[in-house]
Amino acid sequence: MDLHEVQSHLNQWLDEAVVVFQKVPGSAVLIRYVRSSYQNDPVRSAIELVLFIFFIRYLLAPSYSTSKQNYVKLTEDEIDELVDEWTPEPLVPAPTPAEEAELEKLPVLVGPTGPKSKLANGKTVTNLASYNFYNLNANEQIKEKAIQTLRTYGVGPCGPPQFYGTQDVHMKTEADIASYLGTEGCIVYSNSFATISSVIPAFCKRGDVIVADRAVNCSIRRGLEISRSSIKWYNHNDLEDLERVMRKVVQEQARKKLTRRFIVTEALFETIGDVNNLPKLIELKEKYKFRIILDETWSFGVLGRTGRGLTEAQNVDPQQVDMIVGSMAGPLCAGGGFCAGSKDVVEHQRITSAAFTFSAALPAMLAMTASESLNVLQSNPEILQQCRENIRLMRAQLDPRSDWVMCTSAPENPIMILVLKPEVIKARRLSVEDQDRLMQECVDEALANGVLISRLKGNSITIHTSLKDGTWAVQPALKVCVTTGLSKKDIEKAGVTIRHAITKVMTRKTNNKLGVPAA
Amino acid sequence: MPRKLSNPFASPSMPPSEKAGERRPSQSKGNRLAGFFSTKSKEQSPATQTHQQGVSQQMTSTAMSLPTISLSTASAAGELSSDEPPTTLFQPPSADETRTRQRAEAEFGPLLSPSHRYVSAHHGKRLDPPIEDEPPYYYLLTTYISYLLLIFCGHVRDFFGKRFGDKKHYRPLKAFNGYAPLNDDFDNFYVRRLKRRLDDCFARPTTGVPGRYITLMDRKSDDFNRSYKLTGTYTETLNVSSYNYLGFAQSEGPCADAAEECVRKYGMSFCSPRADAGTSDLVLEVEREVAQFVGKPAAMVFSMGFVTNAGTFPALVSKGCLIISDELNHASIRVGARLSGAVIRSFKHNNMDDLEKKLREAIAQGQPRTHRPWKKILVVVEGLYSMEGTMVDLPGVLELKRKYKFFLYMDEAHSIGAVGPNGRGVCDYFGVDPGEIDILMGTLTKSFGANGGYVAAEKHIIDKLRMTNPAALLGESPAPSVLMQILSSLRVITGQIAPGQGEERLQRIAFNSRYLRLGLKRLGFIVYGHDDSPIIPIMLYNPGKMSAFSHEMLKRKISVVLVGYPATPLISSRARFCISAAHNKEDMDRLLAACDEVGDILQLKFSTGVAGGQEPLPEGVTPEMEKEWRKANGLEGVIKPPRWKLEDVIARGVEDCKQPLR
Ligand SMILES: Cc1ncc(COP(=O)(O)O)c(C=O)c1O
Repeated sequence: MDLHEVQSHLNQWLDEAVVVFQKVPGSAVLIRYVRSSYQNDPVRSAIELVLFIFFIRYLLAPSYSTSKQNYVKLTEDEIDELVDEWTPEPLVPAPTPAEEAELEKLPVLVGPTGPKSKLANGKTVTNLASYNFYNLNANEQIKEKAIQTLRTYGVGPCGPPQFYGTQDVHMKTEADIASYLGTEGCIVYSNSFATISSVIPAFCKRGDVIVADRAVNCSIRRGLEISRSSIKWYNHNDLEDLERVMRKVVQEQARKKLTRRFIVTEALFETIGDVNNLPKLIELKEKYKFRIILDETWSFGVLGRTGRGLTEAQNVDPQQVDMIVGSMAGPLCAGGGFCAGSKDVVEHQRITSAAFTFSAALPAMLAMTASESLNVLQSNPEILQQCRENIRLMRAQLDPRSDWVMCTSAPENPIMILVLKPEVIKARRLSVEDQDRLMQECVDEALANGVLISRLKGNSITIHTSLKDGTWAVQPALKVCVTTGLSKKDIEKAGVTIRHAITKVMTRKTNNKLGVPAA
Repeated sequence: MPRKLSNPFASPSMPPSEKAGERRPSQSKGNRLAGFFSTKSKEQSPATQTHQQGVSQQMTSTAMSLPTISLSTASAAGELSSDEPPTTLFQPPSADETRTRQRAEAEFGPLLSPSHRYVSAHHGKRLDPPIEDEPPYYYLLTTYISYLLLIFCGHVRDFFGKRFGDKKHYRPLKAFNGYAPLNDDFDNFYVRRLKRRLDDCFARPTTGVPGRYITLMDRKSDDFNRSYKLTGTYTETLNVSSYNYLGFAQSEGPCADAAEECVRKYGMSFCSPRADAGTSDLVLEVEREVAQFVGKPAAMVFSMGFVTNAGTFPALVSKGCLIISDELNHASIRVGARLSGAVIRSFKHNNMDDLEKKLREAIAQGQPRTHRPWKKILVVVEGLYSMEGTMVDLPGVLELKRKYKFFLYMDEAHSIGAVGPNGRGVCDYFGVDPGEIDILMGTLTKSFGANGGYVAAEKHIIDKLRMTNPAALLGESPAPSVLMQILSSLRVITGQIAPGQGEERLQRIAFNSRYLRLGLKRLGFIVYGHDDSPIIPIMLYNPGKMSAFSHEMLKRKISVVLVGYPATPLISSRARFCISAAHNKEDMDRLLAACDEVGDILQLKFSTGVAGGQEPLPEGVTPEMEKEWRKANGLEGVIKPPRWKLEDVIARGVEDCKQPLR
């Protein structure tokens, strides 16, 4: 019988296979295992077999990505055709007329920046657009130190800090800032704009929670975006709202694994100029167990008796703030940024903060300048007083006196942010673009009268971020930076010029079609 | 050659007594810094004391030397320096002069022979990927075992440490008072248990100019690298670690003179973002020159290279766009790409077939889910990869670009200045028109000895960037002295200042790179990268060898950079040499000798010969004839592992490195 033959052949093969299989080392163990488990529980063996097959299949399966789920199979020719047909959009869109106009109007300085600066058109103007609050840029003692450093270290350190780019100058600057602020340690970055964008993701990881003020600046937003943490917002400078959000976070997490929680906010807000309430923040933070990342970019060297920033101004122990981020490129007239905090906080950044690890160190001469500038501030706190006096004088010319604008900055903030009064905006139904245009006209008009001021830039960028429900429409504003390099008379004169420029722009026929404000 | 005479660094007054093997004793450079720090910081006080006597001397000698240096280099170089040789040759140099010269030579070594030059250029065809040699399995196995052991020991130590150890060391890892731990235990494990063991090979503090030599501040640790104490002594080491490709890290010479003058004129800062009042005539001039140098109509400079990348991508691409990026691209590119909101994919390092595959797939499939065509595709490559020493296959990329119409963004951080017959980067090296690449980005931190980055492109692109790049609108503008350093070093390269010096620098770095690379291959090391690249990584594999290599080299007064996980795959730890124009052949020989010794001690010579280092062909056999010659002699497929003797390497190097390397 055919069938019999087949069966006997099969048996024979099977026997042979068994013999071969038994020759494989370890097969005996396997057979014993299967046998015993089969006797005890045949279902289990079946499940194991299925699992085993599944496992093999899994191993052999090509790695697939989720994006392939709706993959369309195409032939090579079809792909070639698609390639031929595809036309990309241009790399950048054509510039808008507003952008072109702005580029043209960009002031170009000839020579050094100072209270009086020379522009490329030959005019010398009063410069109220630089962060040169104490005119340290003209300080001969600092320049001398910088030159000595140049003659010892050259310009660039030619390497990242981890690879022989750490110079003793950097260590000294770090120690100086730490002792000035009263923190355990400090780390110096080579660019202030990149500092907080890099500090945030170094600590805030996926699964962590960040509660941020709605009005935080662009640099912070970039950090938040990279961090992959879950981000909650609270209304600008509304600490009750903050508490509400924090409470919610704590409630939501009560049953989960403890995650890191952070408050991210600014000391002096870049786009508004107002000041934060640090004691209250500290109180909340301790109550709900959050850490604080405080951006002191605009308050370091500005607030407090000797310029130590918000902690000094509001009498808070700096060690209670977990991370203080600041800039050395502003009033210190050097370059770079820093993050101060406990030893653990600082050391962690040295290896995990991208902008520190993957970028060259700060030029030695800039680090030295920062140290020297701090020295000057510390030994002459009266220049801070002088600056505040100038701020007061300037403000007197603008805030209550102007019918059109008001100043949203804190009284000690040398960067005076001037926005159009709400009633003006309402009466004239001004859109953000209108306001932007008016502000630019004010800048132009002031410049024509010999005073260089600027306006807030970058609102378009802030709106563009991909952060959900975190958009913040920056209100177009003028920025007037007060400096001690000008005499009281000059400050008052400049203030009058600015006020008149604003009035002139606002009462221009073309701008005036919607009527004057009630006031 | 008048050109040579005008070069203050190549003056023939090199004392003949300084033989190759014999280094002058490392002098303490502490005195340079001691004078500056009026407020003594704690660590520095012992140093300050020991070197106090030296300060006044040093300062006066510097002060005296400056005018002469600046005169001879900045103005009318020809006449002045032709007077120089007699004074130094026929009069015994005074102590001051000797010190000044020694100082200058510590920053930039003298050229020892006109034959130690080479023009770096490619034949314009596609670039073959370099052959990567592999060590015997034994080494791979022991590497894996070492890591396993390290991880095991780490866990054991963690286990006991967390229970019985010093609480302070585990504070960041533990929930404390209701706060979650600052660092993830898991993320931190590598740092805590693996990196700390070799931590003293990283972030060594230095002082002075990172030129030909670099002065390290000695430190020691009593608590297993948790903290360090400066001992107050200094070690001057040969610097093969800084990105000082063209040797512009100098505290004297035309660039430093210009920078000093600039500080006096401009102060230290512009104190304002570019968009407010930080745009100066100086920065515009630098932008013009940079654009001209790289061969683009317009350029823009930033105060940091990292920010240049991180800020530029969001201004170019957005949602609905695709970024295809080389898998080994720099962190700043990754940050920028992430910020842009575009979809990011990567292709295998320098692998054009993989890139083509990814491109075809992207264009064919369109955007995920919707299948709408991509708005635009941006391919991002680097000119010279800093960990591998490989150069981008630019002709290959451009071929694909013509077919697939993507935009090309090239980061020339390491290649600008360092490669090409005129130092203009990889375009120059391959003889490619820079117009074919849409965006040329680079940093000024490396070859130019300054700081910052640039983007160069068509004018309308740069105009748009000026308006939309947040780093330009809100970030600090570059410092005047840094701008001046860029400007003057650029002009030295192009020959506008100190004619001939730029050319010499370019040719010296090309020669040094090839000479060292060939030498290392012949000694038997596994070396990665392309022949003309000044970045030369040699493979160590074993984690234990990393710190041993660094220490052995330090003992021989050479400072090297180690690269390991996570910057490289776990097993391919390496040491990286960055070659500079400030080095001369003597330095290369010193490095070769040290590598030879250390390689024997640590068993690092594992190459099989497939990647080069072969015996030279016999007289009369040209490379084209090699195949036949091998056939005739029955040598087909026979590859001898190269283990040359040091003397032979040095004896043949100069000539052979100018031939195609084999
Ligand atoms: C490819 C690449 N891009 C950008 C950078 C960043 O440049 P910088 O050090 O000027 O921030 C580096 C520096 O290491 C780099 O290697």
